[in-house]
Amino acid sequence: MRVVFKKSYDPDIDLHEHGWSRAKIAVLAGIMIILPFLVGNYYLAEAANTLIWALAGMGLMIAVGHTGQVSLGHAAFLAIGAYTDAALMNAGLPFLLAFPAAGLVAGLFGAVIAIPAVRMSGIYLAIATLAVFVIVEELVILLEPITGGVGGIMAPSITFFGISFDRYGALQNFYWLVLGVVALVTWGYANLMRSPTGRSFLAVRDSEVSARALGINVTKTKALAFGLSSGVTGLAGALMGHYIGFFNYELFSIFISINLLLVVTIGGLGFIQGAFLGAILITGMPQLIAILRDNLNATTGIDLGSVPGLDTMLFSVILILFIIFEPTGLYGRWLKIRTWFEIFPLARRDMFRRQKSYLKTERMK
Amino acid sequence: MSLLEVNDLAVHFGGVKAVDGVSFSVDAGEVFAIIGPNGAGKSTIFNLISRIYEPTRGTIRFDGKDITDLKSHDIASLGIARTFQNIELFDHSTVLANLLMGRHTHRSTNFVQDILFLPKVRREERAHRKRVEEVIEFLELEAYRKKMIAGLPYGVRKVVEIGRALAIGPKIILLDEPASGLSVEETQDVAFWIEDMRRDMGLTVLMVEHDMSLVTQVSDRVLAVANGKPLAMGTAQEVQADPHVQAAYLGTPEEDAA
Repeated sequence: MRVVFKKSYDPDIDLHEHGWSRAKIAVLAGIMIILPFLVGNYYLAEAANTLIWALAGMGLMIAVGHTGQVSLGHAAFLAIGAYTDAALMNAGLPFLLAFPAAGLVAGLFGAVIAIPAVRMSGIYLAIATLAVFVIVEELVILLEPITGGVGGIMAPSITFFGISFDRYGALQNFYWLVLGVVALVTWGYANLMRSPTGRSFLAVRDSEVSARALGINVTKTKALAFGLSSGVTGLAGALMGHYIGFFNYELFSIFISINLLLVVTIGGLGFIQGAFLGAILITGMPQLIAILRDNLNATTGIDLGSVPGLDTMLFSVILILFIIFEPTGLYGRWLKIRTWFEIFPLARRDMFRRQKSYLKTERMK
Repeated sequence: MSLLEVNDLAVHFGGVKAVDGVSFSVDAGEVFAIIGPNGAGKSTIFNLISRIYEPTRGTIRFDGKDITDLKSHDIASLGIARTFQNIELFDHSTVLANLLMGRHTHRSTNFVQDILFLPKVRREERAHRKRVEEVIEFLELEAYRKKMIAGLPYGVRKVVEIGRALAIGPKIILLDEPASGLSVEETQDVAFWIEDMRRDMGLTVLMVEHDMSLVTQVSDRVLAVANGKPLAMGTAQEVQADPHVQAAYLGTPEEDAA
């Protein structure tokens, strides 16, 4: 177990307490940067897809994981981001302006609907956000001149500073662009969580009544969290639009919302790392199942591809097992494994058993 | 000079008169205790002062300012801090983070500055931490700094909650049953801390408490309430000797006969 000798408050304020964890992040960043030279185009495109999902996952994590606001409508913010970006670019705006604008529009929309919506909580908020999703879906169909209606819209090719970032024409550049956006957002997110704003999110999540007593404006904080959440999701939506190329309203279905919720829950609620682990699982699992099925077919001749719904079933079973046996998610499991090694051989079986919490004053909520 | 003035305060929930015409004033530097049987309306008075409940009538003045119409999140910045009867800490954060949340009213950065973590944010974080460390030292919480609240024993949680209130840097601290569920030794600690808050920090203390030995030991004046109505006010001995108070706690001989 590493003990850091601290001579000032700065190591506690820094993103990383010591050089070792900084080095680990640097190595990870290095591998991600040289990934285009290590893998083929198919896997590189999958990696870009995973990063986009991680970005959307981070967006939802701000609301669900860190502020305790469940949303079933985040596909709506993906859609707003994707359509705003594509429409602005079709109108002649460069990507460097259209992309932040997409995040801004999605964020503002999220903050505005949050002001009435966050007065609800739990399942009621989930239903309200679901309603928002349905409204946005209908709007997309109705606003045909901008969105292409049912037919769909083409996300223009990205070019700036004379370099092409086209998803098909210059996949490597597109991958680096996505990686850059994800890295920036992750950095900002981590900064947020070590600052007073991030702490006020956690305060609102854990106890609204004492957050108020500490001078935190709960409605404003929730609206801010929801706005930031939908803004980041909007950025992910814009990238998703470019990744898919041609899309209509069906891309942003309710299943995307549910998958996003699974990303943050299975990844680990309340951890930025959880969004990444969840995204890897959600985007990687169908691939893994497909590969296994093909191998099984090639080696034993058993064709499971003819069994309908097998993928979905396997997928669901894994998810259900997670929710039952590891509610803290993949990142929570990783923390437990790490602690086991760090304090070896002193780990006890019941170290992570959740303690019974004391009675909360429900009536004052 | 009176710091907190409560005048004819009342709150009715439908037909239930939880608090009905309570008046008192707390002087700066005083330790003022409110006692009363269960359901007397003690915690409700606290919730009225911290603006969680809307009073049916009456006024609350703090530091010469009428705070009756303020929002609950505007109270802390005036210098009113409180604890809760059933601990309301942020369970999934560390003790340090909980105490830092108490510094919320002293932040001057906005969320954009926070996301970019500008040098100003770091400077403020250092200042907050310094202030929080003083509280940690005062309450002897050094060993628990990086521990999650969820795994802490009840007694420590109670102390952390007092610490979080102190981190606000308040003028008055409202303690809602600070000694409930604590051992005799821990209650003694609380008594000493209340003394120190008053003497060293110049704090005014308003508390609700059932433990009469603690009330007798630390409080200058005591207000007894029952059924939302004030019964008696004075020193701990005077209030305990008051026949109305005794009747509220023990019942009257006539009632027993009937």
